[in-house]
Amino acid sequence: MNQVIATTVELAGVTTVLLLLIATPLAWWLARSRRWWKEIVAAVAALPLVLPPTVIGFYVLIALGPASPLMTLLHPFGVRTLAFTFEGLVIGSLFYSLPFAVQPLRTAFEGVGDRPLELAATMGAGPFDRFATVAVPLARRGFLSAAVLVFAHTVGEFGVVLMVGGGIPGRTEVLSTRIYSLVESMQFGVAHRIAAALVAFAFVALLGLLLVDRRIGLPRP
Amino acid sequence: MTIAVTLIACVTDAFALDIAFEVPSAGVTALLGPSGAGKTTVLRALAGLDRYDGTIIIDGEVWQDATRFVPPHRRRVGYVAQGGSLLPHLTVAGNLDYATRRARAGPFRRDDLIERTGIVHLLDRVPARLSSGEAQRVAIARALSGQPRLLLMDEPLANLDVAARTQLLAALVDLFAEIAVPVLYVTHDAAEVERIAARTVNLCAGRVVSNVIAV
Repeated sequence: MNQVIATTVELAGVTTVLLLLIATPLAWWLARSRRWWKEIVAAVAALPLVLPPTVIGFYVLIALGPASPLMTLLHPFGVRTLAFTFEGLVIGSLFYSLPFAVQPLRTAFEGVGDRPLELAATMGAGPFDRFATVAVPLARRGFLSAAVLVFAHTVGEFGVVLMVGGGIPGRTEVLSTRIYSLVESMQFGVAHRIAAALVAFAFVALLGLLLVDRRIGLPRP
Repeated sequence: MTIAVTLIACVTDAFALDIAFEVPSAGVTALLGPSGAGKTTVLRALAGLDRYDGTIIIDGEVWQDATRFVPPHRRRVGYVAQGGSLLPHLTVAGNLDYATRRARAGPFRRDDLIERTGIVHLLDRVPARLSSGEAQRVAIARALSGQPRLLLMDEPLANLDVAARTQLLAALVDLFAEIAVPVLYVTHDAAEVERIAARTVNLCAGRVVSNVIAV
């Protein structure tokens, strides 16, 4: 069980860190760009919200399989497939949880407004300086929301990790797929304990988010 | 040495700007006019925050023409905007430091500015906890902390009560007498101009009506 918990936490942690790095520039561009077609990009980034996880898992599985163009490119580096590996799970999770990072970050960046960025510019701050020292601090609630939502969502994902990882014990099995295999083998007691723990985790994560979000939104003395 | 501005723009469907003026790059020049005259538009163009067709030349250095546009962070302007010119996530001290860290060497010392603007007791506060008058004092200190070569002020006394307005106006008169930085001061109040400005550029409906030495 410890191995399953460790894999779950590691997957959620790696996904959260990578998604914050990937989603931040994307959300910033969506918040600031005036190009009409940005909403097409936004819709693509939001697709995992409405797509069945098995659809995402299916396409990621195909893309990470040995016959895919992507894997062909990686053959010279000794990589033949990422299907049913931890790395494959991370890639699947990145797609699956992308909107949970992009949406709160975009909303937070839009809330920053033009004024603080303009003031920073008149104080000598260049574009990246303004982003790092004004936009990011003012959007900190968005970063907190994105981090908590992505982590919790990744812990709770099932369809994608089953499709891409296969729930292989000791390698790609996570808590959600363990519940599935326990139920298949009629071990309802253990399954119930894990399921209840996931409910408790989700509740604590969301409650913590709301409480911290409220606290950092209050003005300091 | 002069500040030369020529701007032609259709800013909105209802407002077009067609102005040209040249003023000395010394002392205080007021941009005077009613609401909608184009005063703030000119100031934002000078700061590089908006770009319109035209030229802006400061002491022979082209900030904007048909081929060049110096971005705002390279113009070294101090900008005091109407209704709040502070970074909301930083304390007063943090706002001053933000400008100081990005400034070149210059004549303004942080401690002197804090003392002159009377904000020493406000250093640990965040902008949300400042009155309008206090916020404008901090904004002025912050603008000068950046060692600007041009100070742009957009109705700094607007939204202040009578007492705060009188107090800050007196402080500005003293401050402007001491500093060597040219100031472009936007207002719609002729009484303010009398107290503060050496020259007045009158604007109306996006055009320059007059450009005169103040009496």
